[in-house]
Amino acid sequence: MRRYLHMFWIMVRASVMVSLQYRAEFVVESLASILMAAMAILPLAIVQSQRSAVGGWSFGESLLVLGFFVILKSFIEGAVNPGLLKVLEQVRSGTLDFVLMKPADAQFLVSTSRYDVTAAPGVAGGAVLLGWGLVETGMQLSWQHVMLCLLLLLVSLVLIHSIWLLVVCAAIRFVRVDNLVYLFTSLFDAARWPSGVFRGGWAILFTFVLPLALMTTWPAAALLGRLTGGDVLTAMVVCGLFAVVSRRIWLGSLARYASASS
Amino acid sequence: MSLLTMLQRRVRVIGALLRAGFANALVYRAEFLVWMLTTNLPLVNLALWSAVARDGSVQGTEGSWSQRQFAAYFLSALLVRVLTSCGTVWELTYEIKQGTLALRLLRPVHPLLAYATEALSPLPIRMTFALPIVAALLLGVGWEHLSHDPLSWLLVPVAIAGVWLMVFLVMCLVGALGFWFDSAAGVWEGWFAFYTVLSGYAVPLDLFPAWLRSATAYLPFRLMLALPVEAMTGRIDHLQLLHGIAQQVAWCTALLLLARATFASGLRRYATFGA
Repeated sequence: MRRYLHMFWIMVRASVMVSLQYRAEFVVESLASILMAAMAILPLAIVQSQRSAVGGWSFGESLLVLGFFVILKSFIEGAVNPGLLKVLEQVRSGTLDFVLMKPADAQFLVSTSRYDVTAAPGVAGGAVLLGWGLVETGMQLSWQHVMLCLLLLLVSLVLIHSIWLLVVCAAIRFVRVDNLVYLFTSLFDAARWPSGVFRGGWAILFTFVLPLALMTTWPAAALLGRLTGGDVLTAMVVCGLFAVVSRRIWLGSLARYASASS
Repeated sequence: MSLLTMLQRRVRVIGALLRAGFANALVYRAEFLVWMLTTNLPLVNLALWSAVARDGSVQGTEGSWSQRQFAAYFLSALLVRVLTSCGTVWELTYEIKQGTLALRLLRPVHPLLAYATEALSPLPIRMTFALPIVAALLLGVGWEHLSHDPLSWLLVPVAIAGVWLMVFLVMCLVGALGFWFDSAAGVWEGWFAFYTVLSGYAVPLDLFPAWLRSATAYLPFRLMLALPVEAMTGRIDHLQLLHGIAQQVAWCTALLLLARATFASGLRRYATFGA
């Protein structure tokens, strides 16, 4: 475990150093991620100028969902997509072999391989939205609710990681699927709205197939104290299922992996 | 070589490139399908605005919006996106980074023209994706929420072609930044964040607050999606549409000159194996 923590630290440091090397880009992209957080408010503000509550969520409450959305989106852009694009390239060019030969867990190695620190200001932007939402709702935060919210955020990180791993598995089998990354990114955009907005087919899709509702709406609901014990249990079960199943498929895919050299 | 034979050669080259691009799109069917599925934002927004309009119409600056009208708007937006989206910015930055752009430079065709034919060639496949959307518009939403102006309908394909050309040229311009920056695709994502909101993709521009609405008149974004959509749903008449097309032509000329100049000066500093 300590060995893995140490390796994790080395990988993060290397990525940060690479990002800081390209200074002009660092500044431009940091600015871009702040601007993107700012642009995210506009549609919500327009919706809320029409209705005081949509799908049972007031402006302040929707701001909380939007805050979690911006934070998770920055997380995806900073910690998930860079590594993912790298693995997909490795699968295509056959250099994944070098990763598999290393004496550490391959899932750990590929998922920590690259970070992009320019997404970090986006996390700060999301935190600002969260703070604004809390002021707007006039909530008194309780410790239990904050802890529950953090637990659900952990659930969303695990879910994102599992979906990420499934995309890599698809790439190992079908080779040319880099656009699955863009498909996931485009679908994730729906997570900016409270899940109560969606009905019918979309509601089913966003709860069970691609659990977006769990990722942004439920942490906000936890903070507001709206989540029941049953909901928390559902979240844990879905999260556990995604983690176990994706790990199994990953191991299966590696067993079938036909590299460039073998 | 006379002008006529030169033109004939041009047409032959473009024809061959279009055929090759079409065959390529057929080979990577699964990939193409995934690309089409990434254009799902209008459907998500349709679900959202239907929820907003569930208990009564929404009031815009110039008109009101019922659930049906939102459906007409977002399905038209989906149609325009399905016909006009392209991936040139990723192709270009990838090829600059990998050095494979050198292969294109050897060919006797301007690389930007080659990218244009590659982006246009899957159009027949895109059309088949467009058919169910048109059916949903006519059967699901109904004719009464679409434009009744025949002149508008004649001009809509022109406006859609203008949308495509503007999207393509901006992609070339941003992609050519890849000669200087490592992550021109990141610049594109920043641009797209603005585009999503200001082009009427996420929210009809009619619902914008007045100050922002007037700002969009000076920006290119509206001409890159909302223009044909507003014409198809009868929110603007054919004169306003014509005015918009004239603006598209002006923007296209400026973008073309800018993209060509950027690409050319990028090429001068480009160093790759064999070029």
